Amino acid sequence: MTERKILLGNEAIAHGLLEAGCTLAASYPGTPASEIMAALMQLRRRHAVPCHLEWSINEKVAVETALANSYAGRRSAAAMKQVGLNVAADPVMSAAYTGVKGGFVLIVADDPGPHSSQTEQDTRQFAMFAKLPVLDPADPVQAREWIVHAYALSEDYEIPVILRPTTRVCHARQDMPVRAFQTAPSQPVFEKDPARWAATPKFRYLLHKKLNEKLDQIAQDPRWQPELLNRTETLGGQSGSVEPTFDKAIVASGAACAHAVEVLRDLDLWHRIPIYQVPMPFPLSESFSVELLENCQNILVLEETQPVIEGQLRDRGKVRGRLNGFVPREGELLPEIVEQIVRRFAGLPPSEQNVSPAAGRRPTLCAGCGHRAAFFAMRKVFPKGIYASDIGCYTLGLNLGAVDTVLCMGASISQAAGFFHAYRDSGHNTRPIVATIGDSTFYHAGIPALINAVAQGCRFPVIVLDNGTTAMTGHQPTPAAGMTADGQRVPPVTIEALAAACGVGHVSVGDPYDVPGFIQLLKAAKDHCRDAENGGMAVVIARRPCLMERARHEGRKSRAPAPVVTEKCEGCGFCIKSFECPALIFHGEKEAVSIDENLCAGCGVCLHVCPHQAIERPSSRTA
Amino acid sequence: MQQQIAVSGLGGQGVLYVTKLLAEAALQKDLSVLVSETHGMAQRGGNVISHLKVFPRIHAPCASQGASLRSRFLTSPLIRPGRADVLLALHEEGLAAHGYLLKPGGAVFCNRSDPQGVGDLDAVSIAKDLGDAVAANLVLLGHAAASGILFCTVDDVKEALRQSAGTRLELSMKALEAGACAARRREPN
Repeated sequence: MTERKILLGNEAIAHGLLEAGCTLAASYPGTPASEIMAALMQLRRRHAVPCHLEWSINEKVAVETALANSYAGRRSAAAMKQVGLNVAADPVMSAAYTGVKGGFVLIVADDPGPHSSQTEQDTRQFAMFAKLPVLDPADPVQAREWIVHAYALSEDYEIPVILRPTTRVCHARQDMPVRAFQTAPSQPVFEKDPARWAATPKFRYLLHKKLNEKLDQIAQDPRWQPELLNRTETLGGQSGSVEPTFDKAIVASGAACAHAVEVLRDLDLWHRIPIYQVPMPFPLSESFSVELLENCQNILVLEETQPVIEGQLRDRGKVRGRLNGFVPREGELLPEIVEQIVRRFAGLPPSEQNVSPAAGRRPTLCAGCGHRAAFFAMRKVFPKGIYASDIGCYTLGLNLGAVDTVLCMGASISQAAGFFHAYRDSGHNTRPIVATIGDSTFYHAGIPALINAVAQGCRFPVIVLDNGTTAMTGHQPTPAAGMTADGQRVPPVTIEALAAACGVGHVSVGDPYDVPGFIQLLKAAKDHCRDAENGGMAVVIARRPCLMERARHEGRKSRAPAPVVTEKCEGCGFCIKSFECPALIFHGEKEAVSIDENLCAGCGVCLHVCPHQAIERPSSRTA
Repeated sequence: MQQQIAVSGLGGQGVLYVTKLLAEAALQKDLSVLVSETHGMAQRGGNVISHLKVFPRIHAPCASQGASLRSRFLTSPLIRPGRADVLLALHEEGLAAHGYLLKPGGAVFCNRSDPQGVGDLDAVSIAKDLGDAVAANLVLLGHAAASGILFCTVDDVKEALRQSAGTRLELSMKALEAGACAARRREPN
């Protein structure tokens, strides 16, 4: 019996890459794609696979780096979440024209729902826009198995191939057989060809023509044709070259296909309604499309999140999907939703509506999180300000009224600049404007925005919430670590040096746990911004290592004791509302607040928060 | 054997770990598994849910791109509402948040400080007595496995735990056993 392992979808993708002989992979963390690179790094350590791996500074850099390795004839990959592809759009669009030499697989994880993203954008639609083939696996096993074939497709047509898993593939676990990795090194061979690798517009036209020809061929590639999953069951003994005719058929891809297969089996429709899985939604096989429309009266298309397959089936009369409202136009296609759609399509009565679940707890910053302390100080020094913020754990500062805008990576600084111009140009100089941005986000996309703010004469403070890691996505290192993924020492790139180099005249660093000290830093920054003579932009770095990160290395033991709530507590609820530490427990007005010692990190910041000085250090500590 | 199990809790309670142990126990019994997990922002103190499906494999007649969907009886990583055979709630809030997944007559195992139903257990107190409240997840798992309702036994889970080679093996074993003992005391039949 072959050994089987249970792998997370993203781990399965990492296995697929190394089984196929990938020699360079680059990524920027983002849910639900983050574990791909983490798994690659772990596998390389264990199996000594010759493959360069990196957490790149952003997705654009990741794609460009991996692409050059592919120009040199070696198999490469870049991995990111869907909004990361927006950042990498420039090189990806262009790479469709230049093509590749060594296989290039671009893994972009979509997030229907969305669960952890700004948008529900569909990377398959992006693939149409870029004119690149895109594969849509339904489960971790497919995501892994398809990678070696994706490399073959990429090399046969010299074209980047997109693999588009969704959250339900990335974060599903499934058992699968274990296979060996490719360990034979592949030699780089870069052949100069300026008409291709450095093509000017005249040559770009020719490359575009070639790309269109490639797509025509890829659409008919026998390896990626839609597959009738229940052929035996729906056709019985029938066989032959003539395609059968159906009254109804389902065409599905991705996780929606996995839900649909299970629903069909459950509803006893597996023998009655044929279901096609489309492994490559773009370019959709022309012959499949023509035959399906010819031989089938009613076609239901199930796909996430945009009508990509549906839009390519050119008969609005026969096709049911998102374009005619048969399938909801937004939100995840959960299996219960798929069931209702399939029932309606099959003419079955709807299933009983279940009670919708309770709202549940909203996510919150951890007890002892340095961000909470920094936000508290910020609101004290800049009351009634406009707080432009960014993407990361600290987005949860929303709960504290400390986050007014969240747009995309790096936008905190540029949007604060926009607010600055809006208010100053209309004569309102008093409204405080503050940008908050995490350390990893600052490196990713904050630097150009900071240079721009300086160059445009803006005057507002930027608080860099520096916890030393990319916490939300699983603690990936930042360039401040001064270390590559394989442990090689490199010069650390510090935020203070970068801020100064961007032309910021006032840069300070402080620990947000030291509430009075940090408030002083913010006041000094405020003064600098307002100084008519020598003032300008200010950067305050709130440096406090992530507790979760520390716990990973030191365990949970080294915590300071929890503070105590004295009889001075009036149960006013101020600490609950404006600090929202999960370790502080409210028991109602006029009842004393209590502290959950299991959750409390012992940071002591709440001592400074309580307006009645009712929270104190435990006496054992002061004695 | 086919079973759909929902594991509910708050971020940091070890929902993922309990699910992983159950999945490994299924693999040892040569069953196939499908698991769905919560990652990212929701992990920060919010309600967390894992879905686990355990089922036998169907022999796939031939390899193709779609083979994995043809060779498994259950293919969706998510449990539909009203379909879970078992709900393991590491926090009593999980009953309100995820009780809708449970089928009529499904089994509930819930960690709560004032046990009410048959499946309830004050797992935190038991874990605290063992030296670490965080082990409550394994106490509740031991409790559920000893009930005879799960697809696997306490010994199966212990074997999975041994294979996983965690750093706190001794405490984890004790926690499983303590939960199992509590279940045996509860139901002598």
